Amino acid sequence: MAGPKYPGFDTLALHAGQSPDAATGARAVPIYQTTSYVFRDAEHAASLFNMERAGHVYSRISNPTVAVLEERMAALEGGVGAIATASGQAALHLAIATLMDAGAHIVASLALYGGSHNLLGYTLKRFGIETTFVAPGDPEAWRGAIRPQTRLLFGETLGNPGLDVLDVPEVSSIAHAAGVPLLVDATFTTPYLMQPFALGADLLYHSATKFLGGHGTAIGGVLVDSGRFDWEASGRFPQLTAPYEGFHGMDFEEESGTRAFLLRARREGLRDFGACMAPMTAFQILQGIETLHLRMPRHVENTRQVVEFLSQHPQVERVMYPELASHPDHALAKRLLPKGCGAVFSFDLKGGREAGRRLIESLRVFSHLANVGDAKSLVIHPASTTHYRMSDADLAKARIGPGTVRLSIGLEDPQDLIEDLERSLRLPR
Amino acid sequence: MNFSVAGRSAFAYTAAHALDAAKPTLVFVHGAGLDHSWFGLQSRYFGYHGRNVLAVDLPGHGRSEGPPLASIAAMADWVAALLDAAKLGRAAVVGHSMGALVALEAAARHPQRVEAIALIGVAYPMRVSDAFLDAAGRNDQAAYDMETIWGHAAQVPLAGNPNPGMWMYGDTLARLARLAPGVLHGDLKACNDYTGGLEAAAKVSCPAHFILGARDVMTPPRSARALERAIAGARTVAVPVSGHSLMAEAPDATLDALIEALQPEAAA
Repeated sequence: MAGPKYPGFDTLALHAGQSPDAATGARAVPIYQTTSYVFRDAEHAASLFNMERAGHVYSRISNPTVAVLEERMAALEGGVGAIATASGQAALHLAIATLMDAGAHIVASLALYGGSHNLLGYTLKRFGIETTFVAPGDPEAWRGAIRPQTRLLFGETLGNPGLDVLDVPEVSSIAHAAGVPLLVDATFTTPYLMQPFALGADLLYHSATKFLGGHGTAIGGVLVDSGRFDWEASGRFPQLTAPYEGFHGMDFEEESGTRAFLLRARREGLRDFGACMAPMTAFQILQGIETLHLRMPRHVENTRQVVEFLSQHPQVERVMYPELASHPDHALAKRLLPKGCGAVFSFDLKGGREAGRRLIESLRVFSHLANVGDAKSLVIHPASTTHYRMSDADLAKARIGPGTVRLSIGLEDPQDLIEDLERSLRLPR
Repeated sequence: MNFSVAGRSAFAYTAAHALDAAKPTLVFVHGAGLDHSWFGLQSRYFGYHGRNVLAVDLPGHGRSEGPPLASIAAMADWVAALLDAAKLGRAAVVGHSMGALVALEAAARHPQRVEAIALIGVAYPMRVSDAFLDAAGRNDQAAYDMETIWGHAAQVPLAGNPNPGMWMYGDTLARLARLAPGVLHGDLKACNDYTGGLEAAAKVSCPAHFILGARDVMTPPRSARALERAIAGARTVAVPVSGHSLMAEAPDATLDALIEALQPEAAA
């Protein structure tokens, strides 16, 4: 007897989380541009506030349009649920603020987006949360950095910008042996290229601004919980396993088991920090997700062509893309990313910083800006922009040199992208 | 709140309230492979509306010490023993799926303790297919997939969740992933082996309420008819949009049905 079957990824990308609108029959996701929701009566209001009934109260906590995005992302990632946030950085902050207090410690990969490095390395220090950065490919460094105060291991599925591939099975097993969860930033891979929960990660987030939205139109983030980490058994998370005075003495794990993390993140994090997503933003990101399974293969295919061109060009010192045998994580990428290594990568020009500047200023199809994951191709110089607050030593550890250029390959005709690069590289030095 | 039942640690969620023997009591009994939080919204409501709530983790589930109990009768006796441990006399028993069989059997075996029953997503006989049982016996992921997919209405994966931001399939799978090997198989076998349903139904002397999901493919409403007919005065509420996981798929309708069914004066 054949067992039952789950809907496929492509179907979930179009349908998960949304029923046709009950009031109007609208098939597209309606934009519920409202701050608040009328209660049926006083008893209904009290029941919603006390979590005795499901529903919406105030759009900072939940909103029907935003909820579709949250449920769709949870479906695509195989999680129990999700919370959409004002940005990817807000999602990272929400995860950390939900899991730990002053005095806690994080072990994080060195190969991070500059904004994440700033938050962990500088800003959170002011609030008493310390981070130890480790080389993402060094299991002993991860293991050795864990302290009794450690509450989280954190890395990017594909590290920014050198594309270090995080060995999610290995790092998650190190985390679990220590009784702490692994959080990954899955922005560069999207659920189309990698399913981090299936590999052992416990929590993940996306800058939905990038490939999920996919068109450079909206800033947003999504934090997803696998529901698989046992907070009670860990013993390190009183935030989730002890009565919380801020919510009628609720013990979130006792109250909701698999949903404990998201419950506190929503009921405290969105309530008190307030970095929620606007419904219009959720709609725009949903529009992107509906074609994610069509766009990502084209992003990857275009990238492969550009990578091939650059890796053979005499002006290029090296190309950092894990599908190349020269990349240190080539074997790992073949194992964890069989559908491709995404559409963001870096390369070093002979001639250093000045050569990089000339190239960027000569490109016509590529846009010089601080974003990735757009349908349009983008270019930036990390050492002077996204990662400019990092020391030279940390830059080197993250494989960023003075001449490193980062490209985000879009959906244009790949020959036009190659010709744009070829022409710019041909210009007199 | 932790209790000691038959010398083993047993957990029941009380909605963060102390128990008070002067209040009416509701016991919530979960289905196969699940735990107390399956009744999260509903049990919390009653805990904040004047009832003692004991939303149990059956032995070997959630926070209760194992081993799991092998039969519906043993589970029914365990519920009565939990009331003893909690120093509470009588209670209404709300059960879902396997837990509904436990509530039925408890009403028959312990009529002096059970003042009303609410049977949610119930069938009798509660036959489990060989394929499902075999997969559960092997602790094969296929069993968890069957429990998840058949445990919800067909439209669930392509529809919204009443609980904002949650993915019902993912939640069920995450719960099942936490189970010790063999627990789901033991529960399914207890359901499949239970043959005392009609005999128990004939003995039920308290008010009985059925709450059934119209789109339930695990225990379709028609499979509850024999029990409905066998319990004198039983009442049935059909929840139109729900499959088997009524507390998650139709939380408000399920709660409203329970409020209507379990008014203290109705049970008196």
